[in-house]
Amino acid sequence: MWDYVKLIIFAVIAVLAGIAANNAHDLAYLVNALTVLLVAAVMFLYTLRHMGEGGAPAPQDEYLDGVIRAGVIATAFWGVVGFAVGTFIAFQLAFPELNFEWAQGYLNFGKLRPLHTSAVIFAFGGNALIASSFYVVQRTSAARLWGGNAAWFVFWGYQLVIVLAATGYLLGATQSKEYAEPEWYVDWWLTAVWVVYLAVFFGTILKRKERHIYVANWFYLSFIITIAMLHVFNNLAVPVSIFGSKSVQVFAGVQDAMTQWWYGHNAVGFFLTAGFLGMMYYFVPKQAERPVYSYKLSIIHFWALIFLYIWAGPHHLHYTALPDWAQTLGMVFSVMLWMPSWGGMINGLMTLSGAWDKLRTDPIIRMMVISVAFYGMSTFEGPMMSIRAVNSLSHYTDWTIGHVHSGALGWNGMITFGMLYFLTPRLWNRERLYSTTLVNWHFWLATIGIVLYAASMWVTGIMEGLMWREVDANGFLVNAFADTVEAKFPMYVVRATGGLLYITGALIMCFNLWKTVTSVGAREAEAHATIAAE
Amino acid sequence: MDTYSVLRHFADSWGLLFMTLAFLGAILWILRPGSGALHEEAAGIPFRHDDKPAPADMAAHEKEAWK
Repeated sequence: MWDYVKLIIFAVIAVLAGIAANNAHDLAYLVNALTVLLVAAVMFLYTLRHMGEGGAPAPQDEYLDGVIRAGVIATAFWGVVGFAVGTFIAFQLAFPELNFEWAQGYLNFGKLRPLHTSAVIFAFGGNALIASSFYVVQRTSAARLWGGNAAWFVFWGYQLVIVLAATGYLLGATQSKEYAEPEWYVDWWLTAVWVVYLAVFFGTILKRKERHIYVANWFYLSFIITIAMLHVFNNLAVPVSIFGSKSVQVFAGVQDAMTQWWYGHNAVGFFLTAGFLGMMYYFVPKQAERPVYSYKLSIIHFWALIFLYIWAGPHHLHYTALPDWAQTLGMVFSVMLWMPSWGGMINGLMTLSGAWDKLRTDPIIRMMVISVAFYGMSTFEGPMMSIRAVNSLSHYTDWTIGHVHSGALGWNGMITFGMLYFLTPRLWNRERLYSTTLVNWHFWLATIGIVLYAASMWVTGIMEGLMWREVDANGFLVNAFADTVEAKFPMYVVRATGGLLYITGALIMCFNLWKTVTSVGAREAEAHATIAAE
Repeated sequence: MDTYSVLRHFADSWGLLFMTLAFLGAILWILRPGSGALHEEAAGIPFRHDDKPAPADMAAHEKEAWK
């Protein structure tokens, strides 16, 4: 019966998408509508060919790991795509000739930059979060994922969001909100996917067999709920036409700006911090084979982060039309955030106390530790840059970009790599990774790449900040904007080189994970795992 | 008063007080006497069910032990 309902749903979607494509006002909308048409048609055929096969109920004595395997592959794939685009646009900044004349309007820096940010944050980071949260919530609840194949809907629905957004960007569909560029219909679809994600995650927690909700799940849950709230409010927009991609924001002026940075900073706070802290609180103890240093501190970390982060957004709007009190509020809360951030960092690092020797022997734990160290560094740098006086120098310069990347490449990237190395042998039932030496290579390439990136951006950021404000004895500005661009050239080359090292490391990881699945022997079944109650 | 002023006034008086007390309350609750054993138990959760969910019939007596 359900199969027939699905057939009707896919057929209706395909027809509606066809009508939408036929009436499309712009190219991006046309391509997106055709993509939806194609997906609906493929799903229709797939359902038709598997009619009546889905009869057997899901085995409740097993974890649902297929969707996590798919998530691991998607994470690695989108990671490489995102890093490649990032490295390319880094070279575009150093060598403007790479904005090819034949690709004007499609592959120039302005079009590729949001593609890069969305690919690394939402495609790479988002898939890492969804996959790891499904893994962690099952293991720490001792229960199979709730909702049957709903988890698969979340996975494929999210991939569709990524594809629609990415093709839309290149063809010019954007609502010009940083980290929230996708247009209205992609926003609506993401909302639907996200609600199902919340239901799957929360449903699994509700049917848990453990008394306590493990702290990693608190972080994941706060990430899912807060992102839902931020996403809905920041994307309040009225479509100009139901057959076009353009929409108009409900908010205007400084209110729109404040909503945007309330969203933007909490995308950092709850997507890139809270969610990834959920990863940290599970995978660091697992890899170190000892419980988290202080469970009390982890809960205090959680509540302090939740209470403080949500107010920090206004520091993106220093010296703007935003009222002074709001700017000060954002600054004060950002500085206070330093405390829980470092509490969490200490908690992660001290989990290794008594097992520090693993740093020498286990490159995966080393990856996780340097990730937590970068978390500490960027959560010190961030509060400092949010102080209004410091911000007057750093704002609009490359220092900001350096800060973001020490957090994203260092903290988010490294913990995700550690997570992928941890999960792959377990999910594919292999006894070990293909090569620890290659993990070591990845570790050093990525670390040196980040150092080159962050160091060059500090130099160029502070330099251009100082050049912009330099005045002569008569009060005239000394430097033209083009002077700063010229002076930054060497640092841009260093930054792009750092990116090259980072993506080389990621490619080595992909090779290593691939070989782990294809040419490492299966893990021996553990002797005690078969003692059944019946 | 206009909506902005009403909300603003509430936010920096009762709203602020409520948030601060709720936060301090959460911290005190975490540090309450006797919570140590519970937290130790919770910290061990990741090491229990790596390969399979807990069996369905186990839930009953486990839940008994919760009390």
